[in-house]
Amino acid sequence: MISCSQATKQLWDYVEGAVDGAQRRVIEEHLSVCRRCCGEVEFAEELRGFLAAHGDTDLPEEVKVRLTSFLDEL
Amino acid sequence: MVQTEDGSTPIASGSRCNNSVIDDVYKDTGSLFEEPSAMTTGTYVDEKERFRTLATLQLPRLYAISRRLVGDDAEDAVQDCLLRAFRKFSQLEDESAGPAWIASILINVCRDRGRYKARHPEEVSLDDVEEFSLYRTIADEDPFPYSDSLHLDFLHQFTREDVHHVLLSLPEIYRVPLVLVHMDGFATKEVARIIEAPLGTVLARLHRGRKLFERKMWDYAGESGMLKEVVS
Repeated sequence: MISCSQATKQLWDYVEGAVDGAQRRVIEEHLSVCRRCCGEVEFAEELRGFLAAHGDTDLPEEVKVRLTSFLDEL
Repeated sequence: MVQTEDGSTPIASGSRCNNSVIDDVYKDTGSLFEEPSAMTTGTYVDEKERFRTLATLQLPRLYAISRRLVGDDAEDAVQDCLLRAFRKFSQLEDESAGPAWIASILINVCRDRGRYKARHPEEVSLDDVEEFSLYRTIADEDPFPYSDSLHLDFLHQFTREDVHHVLLSLPEIYRVPLVLVHMDGFATKEVARIIEAPLGTVLARLHRGRKLFERKMWDYAGESGMLKEVVS
């Protein structure tokens, strides 16, 4: 059984599906008995969604006009 | 191509026209800017129009990526990208790959700008960051004692500008993979190809970038007064 510290280091990768089958089973064995690390997993998923949701940045109209006219001059 | 001492491409700072880059491109590829001959006029106009169509459609995405990578220099970086991409457009064999291709040019422009500005990159000790857990810190410090959803309430304190501020505080080597994978939907293999680094290096930087982002979020929340009871 791995420690919380060892599990925590891999939880993001676990959430991303970036750990192999054997390592995944080791992490899930830890999660089955550790409520706190389950909370870590849920929070990692929240934070992942949070980052994706903050990905959009509007293109201000004045910047769009300047960049479009820059393209026209190429 | 003129290069700086550190090997990066020189960029005119704070200029909407980016004249040094224009001059540079003009010297390298003068033929693109000269009047095309009668024999090639049709091809040239067609190519220029196809480039314009691609670039115009990608402008919002390019600007969004650029904002997250170089902050207030975003517009200049996009202009530089457009120049470089236009110069290389004839080399693009599969135009369906155009969006990924032009994004990869932008990312390298942004990386060059980062290197150009940061001749002495920020030294970051990752020893304590490696052990840091934002989830546990929030739970232990309990900044919102009356909250039933402590962790979500913490995240909801952050506006888009706050996130932007935290991202820009990360060293470039961690910011680039974090932004590209988690905010722009690039695959890690694609990031490895764009920044010309081994996949293992990208995965390691991504891991450290996430930990550092968590740490910087907590620090930022305390410094900016987001926490009702500021804790050290």
